[in-house]
Amino acid sequence: MTDVTTPAARPLRGWKALDLDTRLLGMIGAFIVIAIAFDIASGGRFITPRNLFNLTIQTASVAIMATGMVFIIVTRHIDLSVGSILATTSAVMAMTQTSLMPDVLGLGLGHPLTAWVAILFGIITGAAIGAFHGYLVGYLAIPAFIVTLGGLLVWRNVAWYLTSGQTIGPLDETFQLFGGINGTLGVTGSWILGLAASAATLWALLAARRNKISHEFPVKPMWAEITVAAIAIGAILGFVALLNAYSVPSRVLQRDFAARGEVMPEGFTQGYGVPISIVLLITVAIVMTVIARRTRFGRYIFATGGNPDAAELSGINTRMLTVKIFALMGVLCAISAVVASARLANHSNDIGILDELRVIAAAVIGGTALKGGIGTIHGAIIGALIMQSLQSGMAMVGVDAPLQNIVVGGVLVLAVWIDIVYRKRTGAKD
Amino acid sequence: MDRTGTPLVELKNISISFGGVRAVDDVSLDLYPGEVVGLLGHNGAGKSTLIKILSGAYQRDSGTIRIDGKDADIRSPADARRYNIETIYQTLALADNLDAPANLFLGRELTTPFGLVDDARMEAETRKIMARLNPNFRKINDPVSALSGGQRQSVAIARAVYFNAKILIMDEPTAALGVHETKMVADLIQELKAQGLGIFLISHDTREMMDLCDRVSVMKNGQLIGTERVEDVTEDDILSMIIMGKNPKAAA
Repeated sequence: MTDVTTPAARPLRGWKALDLDTRLLGMIGAFIVIAIAFDIASGGRFITPRNLFNLTIQTASVAIMATGMVFIIVTRHIDLSVGSILATTSAVMAMTQTSLMPDVLGLGLGHPLTAWVAILFGIITGAAIGAFHGYLVGYLAIPAFIVTLGGLLVWRNVAWYLTSGQTIGPLDETFQLFGGINGTLGVTGSWILGLAASAATLWALLAARRNKISHEFPVKPMWAEITVAAIAIGAILGFVALLNAYSVPSRVLQRDFAARGEVMPEGFTQGYGVPISIVLLITVAIVMTVIARRTRFGRYIFATGGNPDAAELSGINTRMLTVKIFALMGVLCAISAVVASARLANHSNDIGILDELRVIAAAVIGGTALKGGIGTIHGAIIGALIMQSLQSGMAMVGVDAPLQNIVVGGVLVLAVWIDIVYRKRTGAKD
Repeated sequence: MDRTGTPLVELKNISISFGGVRAVDDVSLDLYPGEVVGLLGHNGAGKSTLIKILSGAYQRDSGTIRIDGKDADIRSPADARRYNIETIYQTLALADNLDAPANLFLGRELTTPFGLVDDARMEAETRKIMARLNPNFRKINDPVSALSGGQRQSVAIARAVYFNAKILIMDEPTAALGVHETKMVADLIQELKAQGLGIFLISHDTREMMDLCDRVSVMKNGQLIGTERVEDVTEDDILSMIIMGKNPKAAA
């Protein structure tokens, strides 16, 4: 036996020392190109605080579901029923708010618990539907495509049946805070959040570096760490500044002051700040990323996607894993339903229609490989943002509706082709 | 070779059928500590199926398994691991999209006190064991799809060695390897044997089996034709057992 140790990789030099994710940079680059192009085409209306604020709240619902779709696709399944699950959970939550809590339980409208009970029921419903799908896929071995194609029809119409096709509203006021414009953190709250996020980023980078040093792994040069930290913190604070820059229209402010019996001071302005739906999306993104990278559950999801037989032979219960993944997808559909119905301030019969396609497209544009084993949470969220910016950009420029969908469909196929070429160039086998 | 004590593994009257076909038909085998037993036979003779029963991938229809003389209840790969049975499969059983440490610890991840996977510690452990098994192994952080056959095999072997296997099952461990890497596996088998592990080895290469094994068992059509010590038989005897399905010594 010799005392040879595996030589450590040579330290990287130059810009490679930054160890940036080129795929991520590519997607951010694509988003910037799209934004600039629409800004020019619309005469400077695209890159404005107002439009970017709206873009973020329009993206939230699809982006939340796309994070769950990453896990589904990574394990070589598909979920075509997310839009319909969203509708059913939305219907359950709307009925809890407008009928169960005020009338059946006699708590009246506007009870402080109403929103939370509704959300809880929605999440339980989503988890139950998802777990049921997962059971059919995992234990009865029915292909996910078929199970969720059935689910697409079943849950869409369960929602219809439950509500008799009626629009249900207005929803509870606390509940509406999750919708976007009706619930924001305000300027001060947003800055506090931004600073807290910056501190957390710094702490995470430092902890990772310390951990590497403690195991004597090579670390990035200090200047590279500082550059990465500066970019991350710059992005966080820039995002907060952008959302703060969109001020509440003065008519709305006047009405608020009048409602409190006050007179609005001359020249008073107030920024919206970060919408609660975006805080929710960021929380979901962080939790899902931690699950993907740092938990056994996440490790098993990727292992199963890479080689289901190997996962099984390693003692992983892949059937139960399937149930858990689909249940998680159901929970995320319910969270998306909160955001989507709160944004509209009511539950309508057509809520979430075609969302399954947007969600799958977002995950795939974000680099999730349909053959399984590969995908990232942040990629799916940027994928959702790219889809949404194309859609609302074209609407802003005045492209006809059929042409909008033709372009979005073409972009999806193009994005996947670029991804295939990228993978070949970078030499990855998968 | 001392075969007087309690066998490490006793397989007694094992049978399993798939849709009416008796893949393994009333087979009995044993394995002693520090011994290598080879399993030979045509494709479809039932070697891999028999061994998958021991490793928990299949559940037997009838028969008993004893480990260290005690009845063992093996129904899943996780059960087999509890009895320190490790398997290196023909198909390698690696997740191509994950790196070497993730594969080595798959299903048995090291975790931090918060229950999160501790990638840094797993990487450090992987570097340590790879330094011993295959000092040329560099691509610790690459997906194993980027590795050569031999490097992939060393990840699979490292998995068995790291978790202190007492019983090692190797299903054609050298099938995908070059000359140098085959030698590496052969050396490793000798080393593990010296440490007192019992090894079941499956291969098509009769020559290799004569070199590596203490005893060889030949199967045909799901049945055990015979088990012989390698010093008692010639390569031709074994070949005729494989082809004719008859034990020349028993006939004599």
